[in-house]
Amino acid sequence: MRKLFALLLAVVMVFALAACGGTNEEGSEPNGGGEALIKVGIINLDPSESGYREANVKNLNDTFTKENGYEATFVTAPTADKQLEAARGFITAGVKYILVSAAETTGWDEVLQEAKDAGIKVFLFDRMIECDKSLYTAAVVSDMRKEGETAVAWLESLNLDEYKILHIQGQLGSAAQIGRSDPLTEKCAADEKWTIVREGTGGDSWDPNEANKIAKAAIDAGEEFNIVYAENDGMAQGVVEALDAAGITHGVDGDVIIMGFDCNKWALEKLLAGEWNYDGQCSPFQAAEIDKMIKTLEAGKEIEGLNDKNQIISEEKGFDAKTITQTDIDTYGLG
Amino acid sequence: MEDGIVLTMRGICKSFPGVKALNNVDFTLRKGEIHALMGENGAGKSTLIKVLTGVSDYIKDEGSIRIEGIEGEAKIHSPQQAQEVGISTVYQEITLCPNLTVAENMFIGRTRGPLVHKKDYEKRATEILRDLGIPARASQELSRCSLAVQQMVAIARAVDMKCKVLILDEPTSSLDDKEVERLFELMRDLKKKGVGIIFVTHFLEQVYAVSDRITVLRNGELVGEYLVENLPQVELVAKMMGKSLDDLAELERIGQKSGAGEEVVYEAEDISSSECRPFDFSIRAGEVNGFTGLLGSGRSESVRAIFGADRVTGGKVKVKGKPVHITKPHDAMKNGIGYLPEDRKRDGIIADLSVRENIILALQVIKGMNRPISRAKAEAFADEYVKALDIKTASLDTPVGSLSGGNQQKVILARWLLTHPQYLILDEPTRGIDVGTKTEIQKLVLKLAEEGMSITFISSEIEEMLRTCSRLIVMRDRKIVGELTGDDLTQVQVMKTIAGGEQ
Amino acid sequence: MNKKKNAASGLRQLLIPLIALGILIVFNLIRDVSFFSVEMRVNNSGNVVLAGNLISIIDTASELAIIAMGMTLVTAACGGQDISVGAVGAISGAVLVKVLQAMGGITALSVVAAFAAATAVTILFKLFNGTLVAVFRIQPMIATLILFSCGRSIAYWINGSATPQLTSPIIDSIGKTIPGIPVPTPVFAVLLVALLLVLIFKFTSLRLYTQSVGINQGAARLNGVNPTVVKLISFVILGVCVSVAALIGVSRLGQLNHKTLLVDIEMDAILAVAIGGNSLAGGKFKLIGSVMGAYIIQMLTTTLYAMNVNPVNIKAYKAIVIIIIVVAGSPVIKNALTSLFKKRRPAKAQTEGVS
Repeated sequence: MRKLFALLLAVVMVFALAACGGTNEEGSEPNGGGEALIKVGIINLDPSESGYREANVKNLNDTFTKENGYEATFVTAPTADKQLEAARGFITAGVKYILVSAAETTGWDEVLQEAKDAGIKVFLFDRMIECDKSLYTAAVVSDMRKEGETAVAWLESLNLDEYKILHIQGQLGSAAQIGRSDPLTEKCAADEKWTIVREGTGGDSWDPNEANKIAKAAIDAGEEFNIVYAENDGMAQGVVEALDAAGITHGVDGDVIIMGFDCNKWALEKLLAGEWNYDGQCSPFQAAEIDKMIKTLEAGKEIEGLNDKNQIISEEKGFDAKTITQTDIDTYGLG
Repeated sequence: MEDGIVLTMRGICKSFPGVKALNNVDFTLRKGEIHALMGENGAGKSTLIKVLTGVSDYIKDEGSIRIEGIEGEAKIHSPQQAQEVGISTVYQEITLCPNLTVAENMFIGRTRGPLVHKKDYEKRATEILRDLGIPARASQELSRCSLAVQQMVAIARAVDMKCKVLILDEPTSSLDDKEVERLFELMRDLKKKGVGIIFVTHFLEQVYAVSDRITVLRNGELVGEYLVENLPQVELVAKMMGKSLDDLAELERIGQKSGAGEEVVYEAEDISSSECRPFDFSIRAGEVNGFTGLLGSGRSESVRAIFGADRVTGGKVKVKGKPVHITKPHDAMKNGIGYLPEDRKRDGIIADLSVRENIILALQVIKGMNRPISRAKAEAFADEYVKALDIKTASLDTPVGSLSGGNQQKVILARWLLTHPQYLILDEPTRGIDVGTKTEIQKLVLKLAEEGMSITFISSEIEEMLRTCSRLIVMRDRKIVGELTGDDLTQVQVMKTIAGGEQ
Repeated sequence: MNKKKNAASGLRQLLIPLIALGILIVFNLIRDVSFFSVEMRVNNSGNVVLAGNLISIIDTASELAIIAMGMTLVTAACGGQDISVGAVGAISGAVLVKVLQAMGGITALSVVAAFAAATAVTILFKLFNGTLVAVFRIQPMIATLILFSCGRSIAYWINGSATPQLTSPIIDSIGKTIPGIPVPTPVFAVLLVALLLVLIFKFTSLRLYTQSVGINQGAARLNGVNPTVVKLISFVILGVCVSVAALIGVSRLGQLNHKTLLVDIEMDAILAVAIGGNSLAGGKFKLIGSVMGAYIIQMLTTTLYAMNVNPVNIKAYKAIVIIIIVVAGSPVIKNALTSLFKKRRPAKAQTEGVS
């Protein structure tokens, strides 16, 4: 009897494991006939990471379809090792193009070289990789550093007497985190009116709860800050909850300035309501640009308009609560 | 230390909050003797044994313990230390690991390193089991053995430890006569080898069958030490109880005249369970009957089938002439049937719960979860039965597990009496209980029957059953082999029926 | 006399949490009295709220306290713990949000309906755990490991979106404060759940049943108690607790993050049960102990925050303090303390006798 239970348990476990498998792979079936489809492998981050990522994944899924002439395989994995594994899989499977949004900026040289040797063209999207520019064909990215610079410049334009900042970082080591953090930390190092009161990270999943804890810790410790610089919208929201609970006002007429990134629709609505002050845009829509470049290559032409790093930079803005309009929300809001 | 003495305990004192469990007790054990330790429940026997074997919480407050071959006072602060100085114990309740094999149980905690070959100790275990004639395989899981065999394995384990002092605490309470005799042979063997044996039991006959000397305790104090031939049985009982034996004699007369009414309270036809074969059975109002037979004859399994304690597989049951379905204990309870199980510790008490909660449990279940008994009412009920059954407890909130065996049994009895059952099944209610309480319970059974309750009474002691039952159902090999009433209710006739030599 | 003794034995079980709480309070009094200061402030929505470390503690610990109560019951009945409370909480939150979205706007009625649906689903998942434990007799930790590992994926399947937002004054009232009432709403949720359980124990004999099954299942069965039903009931109650905690968790941030909603709460809940002096092997239990355990854990966290310990490092510091609390409550230390007391008492009794 006991053995039977053990067996049953094992079966249940196997089923459970199969059901909760780590990566979501959706392979499309080989084309039955007609014109040859272009085989692409797309490596992205987990869509459940944030609203930004969700929009990004959806954008790619909608673009690289059979109707549009592609045979695409999607892998979404939250960590670098899983992503590298997927890339090797694509090389073995003999795809023609690989599209990557990297979890970490380093560690890709070897795999990209293998791809190059196999004649596979690589496009980077959303996030840059630190490697020789010959290893990829083109990169469609947001300039994260520019996002950071825009945000810091906006902050500076407020001309405050002192800048006491609660800095909530994203996934440490990611291009978005580095790009958004560096201009701020550099500014704080250079200008003595600018201080970072407390710094913390939302971790690999840009976790609002972690941000909430950091804010609570700062409030519990009696630290004073007048600016919250959160590197995505969810984490900014996490901080706002802590402020509300502690009876600290924020937003346009409040004591604390709230800054977020990504331009989720709901976040822009907070801006419009005056609860937040600033939201930095980061466009998740890179699929069309890549699609255009691939089609150009397939037609035997050269890609044009790349900068010296083989990049195409997405146009991006920063929104101020005082100037934002409903039209902006409808046009640029995610979700 | 004098020659020929293995163990002396002098001036042992041990107190618990509110109770002086042992007061200035002396005890001497000589080489090669079987020394019976006697006393009623709460007399301090178990406490003395626990002090001697280093059970935690039972470190003596005062006094000295000396053991042959050890300079000065023996330090016994843990069971391991007790084993090291040569004291081995077999407890009343089995303290082995049910999910290990017999061999593992015999050698657990005794091997020198982790690298012991299973084959080696299984071989050794097989030898010992064969020598002692214990019907168990070394590789068998202990829980698959009967209670009796489990007890014998415990003894085998102790015997194999080359001890100087062997303590047997109620070793025979779950053994049948044959097994008891085998154990006695073993005890005599060990005695010849010079082992001193402390024998704690409630069976007076067994004391006289095997012991050389008797030490009697009462209320935590020493009454005296006697040679067996100088202490007639009657005097022993008197010393233990501190009162005369008239009570027992009186009981004898009551039992004889006890009769039964006409109404059939419970009737079963072809009732069977996963553990027992189909049988017919009925009991009338005010009747006291009993199932008897050797251990393993199926007597407990039969009454468990009646109560729905095991999976019921068939049979037609009528309660007061009305057909009913009894497939689980709750059904039986709703039909006014109560059951005091054989294994008090495993099936009876809820050890950590208070005396009060243990007493009201069955009544509460009958009333249903949505109609809780109020605290005040529960107190009143519990108080009533604690007084009526003379349960010795510090308070109603004392966890029942800290009571002595006899008092635990009374608590379970109280639990069922509180439900006012029309039919009460008592499986070994007097097992491991002192003479005084035994008599009380027997008298209570007869009193309840006179008030109209039907009772089925099971006991390993045939005399006890003869004294209380007006009808005996005799079982052998899981089958009913005879029924005795009236003048046939004699020890000889029962033995004959059990043995299969009837008429 | 009886009552006194009863109270004394009850206190003994609560000795460790009481001492731990006492030490934390004294420590903070010495460190910085302002730790206990509470002030009134007006927050962004124009509500008057109480603010201060103490409020922060009782507010933040709410989900933990609620789940710890349910965990206490499961522990008592099954002699094991449900480690899937956090993951099933995420499922509950996902259902809540899904139903709210499906119903269109957020009104009091739709919130009630969504909560009812979420609770029903949560109870179903808990009954799955309960069935594995009570019917198939699988060890609770192993049985609940299944949902522990895949619950958050299920939550993602249900809402199919990363971080759906719920913006509504009603949601704010649940997760933060009700306008006009300065005490955070989650605190009332704890009181409500506690009151509910107290009433259940008052008007049924569930406590007796649960303890009996936890201490000696075989004996309980022979007394007509159905252990399977009792265990399932404990899982149902835990399900309700989890659902309430999920509602609070979602409402606090006004958004659902299936990855982080009630994350790691299972271990804290088990810890709260243990700190509260309840045996993790089942049997007798005290709900108030577990609730105290939850507040102690949170007070410890907040104290460490107040001492400027980085949230990243806080787990390590917490672990040290918790080891001390748990070891102090262990039988070995308890016995040592009792014998210490005992040695003193007879001496005192003697002197009294002489005089």
